[in-house]
Amino acid sequence: MDAFTTHTGVGVPLRRSNVDTDQIIPAVYLKRVTRSGFEDGLFAAWRGDEHFVLNQEPFKAGSVLVAGPDFGTGSSREHAVWALMDYGFRVVVSSRFADIFRGNAGKQGLVAAQCSQSDVELLWKLLESEPGTPVTVDLTDKTVRAKDLVAPFEIDDYTRWRLLEGLDDIALTLRHEAEISGFEANRQTWLPTTDPLQAV
Amino acid sequence: MSRTLAEKVWEAHVVRHGSGAEPDLLYIDLHLLHEVTSPQAFDGLRLANRKLRRPDLTIATEDHNVPTVDIDKPIADPVSRLQVETLRRNCAEFGVRLHPMGDLEQGIVHVVGPQLGLTQPGMTVVCGDSHTSTHGAFGALAFGIGTSEVEHVMATQTLPLRPFKTMAINVDGALQPGVTAKDIILAVIAKIGTGGGQGYVLEYRGAAIEELSMEARMTVCNMSIEAGARAGMIAPDETTFDYLKGRPHAPSGADWDAAVAYWKTLRTDDDATFDAEVHIDADELTPFVTWGTNPGQGLPLGASVPDPEQIGDDNERVAAEKALTYMGLEPGTPLRDIRVDTVFLGSCTNGRIEDLRAAADVIKGKRVASGVRMLVVPGSMRVRKQAEEEGLDKVFLDAGAEWRQAGCSMCLGMNPDQLAPGERSASTSNRNFEGRQGKGGRTHLVSPLVAAATAVRGTLSAPADLEN
Repeated sequence: MDAFTTHTGVGVPLRRSNVDTDQIIPAVYLKRVTRSGFEDGLFAAWRGDEHFVLNQEPFKAGSVLVAGPDFGTGSSREHAVWALMDYGFRVVVSSRFADIFRGNAGKQGLVAAQCSQSDVELLWKLLESEPGTPVTVDLTDKTVRAKDLVAPFEIDDYTRWRLLEGLDDIALTLRHEAEISGFEANRQTWLPTTDPLQAV
Repeated sequence: MSRTLAEKVWEAHVVRHGSGAEPDLLYIDLHLLHEVTSPQAFDGLRLANRKLRRPDLTIATEDHNVPTVDIDKPIADPVSRLQVETLRRNCAEFGVRLHPMGDLEQGIVHVVGPQLGLTQPGMTVVCGDSHTSTHGAFGALAFGIGTSEVEHVMATQTLPLRPFKTMAINVDGALQPGVTAKDIILAVIAKIGTGGGQGYVLEYRGAAIEELSMEARMTVCNMSIEAGARAGMIAPDETTFDYLKGRPHAPSGADWDAAVAYWKTLRTDDDATFDAEVHIDADELTPFVTWGTNPGQGLPLGASVPDPEQIGDDNERVAAEKALTYMGLEPGTPLRDIRVDTVFLGSCTNGRIEDLRAAADVIKGKRVASGVRMLVVPGSMRVRKQAEEEGLDKVFLDAGAEWRQAGCSMCLGMNPDQLAPGERSASTSNRNFEGRQGKGGRTHLVSPLVAAATAVRGTLSAPADLEN
């Protein structure tokens, strides 16, 4: 995973709440067995509408998505994060994220920046009145900046540290191999295994 | 110190406590796999030259992509076929038990685990699927994870997680006839909203929950994610133990006694406190249906399509306007007047034997309305077999419904079972998102009883409407 400290790019106002992961990428695009190329499925249904924000210049080249509350609800599909990143997004700003989406984003290096809804509204107004305004997302001081607007955002400290360092979660956990083995040695013996049952 | 059920299960699985901002490391007792969210995780293991740590705590089934007709033939869609074949190759390479298409234990992953007795009280259960919350019905801590986390569990059998907050959903009183577990959970979601449970584990409690069968409890816990909660739980009791006893992977003999003794401790202490509490009166519930494009946009069947102008909150009003445009509905239309094209009975929410029995009971001796197609898709091949032994297949076929093979099917339309653009369904599944059941498709979430009555009348209906 690449380290993330600060990013500046075109902000995209998405005035919708409850943007569920079926909207971010419909199920028919989940059939790939590889990890790349999911950008074609991003907001697939909405991109058919010429008025959709990502079909407008200069938003096409956006990399900071500013969305309504409850972003990423529904299905656990990490493909939603992959599709956003494959398209070019590095940050999503919202006043509320679904838990699984937030977790998936943190694993992949997509910053889920939680701002107040009033700041989201100010960003929307700014991005709509001055399309193409660059937005800077700074993970070191946890702010979103655009022109004169400085909006603080929340992200949990551990995810922030991992993103700043660009660290792989699995490697971090495997440092605790001895504790995992110790835990396993003390599990109840009657807990089930998936080993095929012997025919009686 | 007094603790809630969720806190007890959490504590019992902490491999190491994190310090400061660092999360706890939690041990995972059971990892369920399917073809959609696992291929990139297996690839990750291979790239890093890592082993799958506990294949004996891992099980896979094919469900999301599988067709529900002609399952003896190769899957027609080459992309779906590749995904299923990739799962087969990965399971063979890493030594994971797999139930492929046609196998008696194949089916939706959340139907298969419980029916094998692999899901037990007090366990931690994960799967790359948000409806893993289903398994919480047994008093397990069960939640959906993304593909990176799938890879993490494969490699370490653990997950780094921060403790959840806890929310009690108290459902007191008793359900009226014709009102089901599905109506409880749709009412809960309408009450707390699709974001209301974010960051929480929900614990469903109260007299109406205690009265529910195991399968009905799974329906309730299944849709916890639709309220934004990763997990929902119900304390295990005699209903749970009776369901588990004698299942293939349930403990037996002295192990059974030891397990039950432990399971009986898995209750929220009387003086424990929840971070939040919600109350629902079961006596006041009636059949519930959704009118919009998120599961929180639901109302009693006797109501009418709401008028967005009457909604005070700006975001909710805009969402309602967009939903009604997408759904092709006019404010003020009685929900009972909404005509459907398709009825879907199935899914991890309502694809178990009791659901099929309940719907068959309503539809027996009647006909599916002309112009309406009804798909009946059992949650697993074992459910299908049991239904056939009970003659339910005949009931559905005689009524003019289609009797299919097991899988996720039209719940998410990854296989050919999809709505056409503009088509409207009454569906026993869990999500009414735009395009969920097919591009342009319009979904109304309902219980199996409402699904069956709707199939007969052709408009959203409850069984009581058939008597008039």
